[in-house]
Amino acid sequence: MNTARAFLITVAAVACLASCTTTSPPQRTLYQALGEYEGIEAITDSFLGELAGNQQALPLFLNSDISRFRAQFINHLCVTANGPCTYEGDAMRETHRGMGISTAQFNSIVENLIAALEANGVPTSTQNALLQRLARHYDEIVEEPF
Amino acid sequence: MSIFIRTFVLRYVTLLLTLGLAAPTVSADSKILATAGGQQIEGQAGGGLVPWALLAGYAEAGEWGGSVAVTGVRVDDFDLRVTGAAVNFGNRFEASIASQQLKVQPLNLSIDQDILAMKWRVGGHVLYGNLPAVTVGAQAKWVRDFAIPELLGAADDHGIDFTASASKLWLNALFGRNVFANVTLRHTEANQTGLLGFGATDGSGPSWVAEGSVALFLNHHWALGAEYRQKPDHLAAVKEDDWRDVFLGWFPNKRFSVIAAYADLGSIAGLTDQSGFYLSLQVTQ
Repeated sequence: MNTARAFLITVAAVACLASCTTTSPPQRTLYQALGEYEGIEAITDSFLGELAGNQQALPLFLNSDISRFRAQFINHLCVTANGPCTYEGDAMRETHRGMGISTAQFNSIVENLIAALEANGVPTSTQNALLQRLARHYDEIVEEPF
Repeated sequence: MSIFIRTFVLRYVTLLLTLGLAAPTVSADSKILATAGGQQIEGQAGGGLVPWALLAGYAEAGEWGGSVAVTGVRVDDFDLRVTGAAVNFGNRFEASIASQQLKVQPLNLSIDQDILAMKWRVGGHVLYGNLPAVTVGAQAKWVRDFAIPELLGAADDHGIDFTASASKLWLNALFGRNVFANVTLRHTEANQTGLLGFGATDGSGPSWVAEGSVALFLNHHWALGAEYRQKPDHLAAVKEDDWRDVFLGWFPNKRFSVIAAYADLGSIAGLTDQSGFYLSLQVTQ
């Protein structure tokens, strides 16, 4: 009896939490939810700031042109969020071939991005929608997937 | 004698783990926050009652990590305390040790049980790709106070549970939130997880049971979920019910987590309607 009540309370709490957070803003595209081009630029700059302190992943960027990486990352997020951009880079698999990226490094970069999204006040549902789309590239980026 | 061995083993593992935590190794915490799970009542990475296809702590391939946890479950007539430690090698293999103490309040006595367990991740990943993380595991258990189990008709004071689990987290799955699910199959002859011994003198058991957990991540730090653990019912003298709980998990960072739950454990050793609160504090690396 008690458990049945606890279950009901949980279900009600989840339903309320979900509806309260999803119904308040009108339907927007992911691109709009990220703050359009300016928002994506700000997120990318926070992300680069986080990445600068990432000892695990930093060796991957030793030979990178950071301003070029910045432009490509912004472009990639814009395209991923169905923004008005056309993808300019190479295919994910080609870009990361031979870099020997580990799951640990991939995770550490995901966490840098989450920190950047948090720092820019991006709501949880928007973060999850973006991460869901980006996580699909895992197989193309990591050298020896799990 | 056995109590000295147990205390020694537990302290030894805890010491190893503490040294591991303190040693300036390469950062061994590359799993994503909360994917360490909690430490369930048998000392393995899991929820509260169910072991999951996750490995303890935050070690990814090439790293090692682990967890130490203390857990208390207080229901109407019983008080269960669990101290456990688990090590994780490369997010592939987990070894754990747990010591349980069940206080039977009406009789003013306690039943102790020790558990050594292993878990191997066969394949898949909880976050990436289409396949869930899949693990197989074994839990070797010794009940140290056999008088009551024997009186109730248990055949053995030790036994081994074999488990197979699958876990997956779906991003952006429900109302923009991430959803976790785990299914575990267990081959067991344990009565009340072993606290009432193993098998029955009338020869019933072992049997296959199913366990499941679902959770909704409210954000990166909080998860709300429920669990169900089917139980065998081998002892003729006393009825054994399935267990269930609703839980709230808090993962403020990769060092510390809390799981609080309300559990319904049904009938235990003839005492019916055992329900109450569960609290587990975990330190992870």
